Amino acid sequence: MDLTFLVAGYASGPTLVLDQPLSFWGGVDPATGTIIDAAHPQLGAVITGRILVMPSGRGSSSASSVLAECIRTGTAPAGIVLGEADPIVALGALVAKELYPDRVCPVAVAADYSQAARAESITMDPNQATG
Amino acid sequence: MLAGEAGPQVALGMRIVTGLAAASGARSLLDISRAHIDGCLYNGRASLDFAERLTGAQVAVPTTLNVSSLDLLHPDLIQSSPETQQRARALMDAYTSIGAQPTWTCAPYQSLVRPSFGEQIAWAESSAVVFANSVLGARTDRYGDFIDAAAAITGRAPAAGLHLDENRRAEVAFDVAALSPGLKQRDAFFAMLGLIVGTESGKRVPAVVGIDEATEDQLKTFGAAAASSGSVGMFHVVGVTPEAPTLRDVAPAELPTITVTGEMLRTARQQVNAGADSSQLGSVHLGTPHYSISQLDAVLATLARRAVKLDVYISTGRDVLVRWGKADLLTELGVTIVTDTCTYVTSIVDPRSGSAMTDSAKWAYYAPGNIGVKAIFGSMEECVETAVAGRLTERPDQWT
Repeated sequence: MDLTFLVAGYASGPTLVLDQPLSFWGGVDPATGTIIDAAHPQLGAVITGRILVMPSGRGSSSASSVLAECIRTGTAPAGIVLGEADPIVALGALVAKELYPDRVCPVAVAADYSQAARAESITMDPNQATG
Repeated sequence: MLAGEAGPQVALGMRIVTGLAAASGARSLLDISRAHIDGCLYNGRASLDFAERLTGAQVAVPTTLNVSSLDLLHPDLIQSSPETQQRARALMDAYTSIGAQPTWTCAPYQSLVRPSFGEQIAWAESSAVVFANSVLGARTDRYGDFIDAAAAITGRAPAAGLHLDENRRAEVAFDVAALSPGLKQRDAFFAMLGLIVGTESGKRVPAVVGIDEATEDQLKTFGAAAASSGSVGMFHVVGVTPEAPTLRDVAPAELPTITVTGEMLRTARQQVNAGADSSQLGSVHLGTPHYSISQLDAVLATLARRAVKLDVYISTGRDVLVRWGKADLLTELGVTIVTDTCTYVTSIVDPRSGSAMTDSAKWAYYAPGNIGVKAIFGSMEECVETAVAGRLTERPDQWT
């Protein structure tokens, strides 16, 4: 897969493809990794361990620290693939990588988002990335 | 700085600033002269782990601090667990130890700092960001967790977003010229207009046309609402805000325009109120963003020495409270003053106490998710009359 990494790291696993952007702040419970945003079509889905595929980030800048908290507690996705670059998502994963270097959650932008959104599993490998 | 010659804390800050620059497509960095940090609100252990990695260094620029998760002046108000309070306090201490000022307010521009026109700053807290950009003409992108402190400790920020001329121009217009002049003088109008503008604008810069004058409090209210329902980091009110003497100063000749109607304002209010139970009102919340001196004076005048029957909370900055000097006149009528935090982000009211009433669109937008309390929106006068009567008291004449 053609990926440009915002936060480098290796991850591989089954995808969870979101139909709409998700704000981690108010949208995910860091204790369980469950989507708790009542307005989100995938309410109740669990992001933990999946390659989270979503078109973009959304919402409050406090989402950065909630993603970092998910990475700390181990409820975060294995990796995140976006349709467009998102500074808030990137920042949360970047700071978590500094704080908890053994629990990296790579973040990348897919050159062909529709391909990522159809994939049942994705391997994120910065050594094979184009960007 | 990246190499670590200024210490590991500054090197960490630079890795975050440059990492964000790469993620946001910035080609260079710029110097900032002030910072405002909102990472002092306790948001889980990771936020404390990060702050403690910065201790030992000092901020590179004058830095103010946003609301925390505690009220140090009125500690008995806080209902969170002792463990959470202990961590919240450790977080506050970590940020003051790096030289940030213990201001604990979301509205530092009211009496503490007034960034000048064109000044490059790094502010977090969405309502402060939109005020600084729009009302003061200072320049900050929409910063938040981690990058706020990284900018403070390095004095640098990515040259991107609202720091740059080309991203500060209007991309959508809202025409309110047809609405009644009386309506357009009311603070509550600005709150509902802000919700509409935020929803319709998304990430675009909006320009409002058809308003002749507005107070700073009204612009504060408007921006906070627009930054809640949308990702608005800057707006123009043509003829009022400093970068937009005329629409042509900030917009191309062809601009998509939305005409705001009375019906849209009513719908916005109904959407805010959906789910709240007006027969089970437990509390009234004023001061989100933190009230100014003139807003505190207005509440005192509206109360006219009448005691309140509902629990009334007014959030404000400790700086404003000291300068105002009349807190006793409110508390003797039964009003509770909250400083250093805000009632929609901290465990102060019991969610079982029923629905709430507020004059803040931002409070109404976030309280259901944050603290499990649904809200009815009303003007400050409606909130005060409701609190005095002990039941919902509306003033339909204020909405025409």
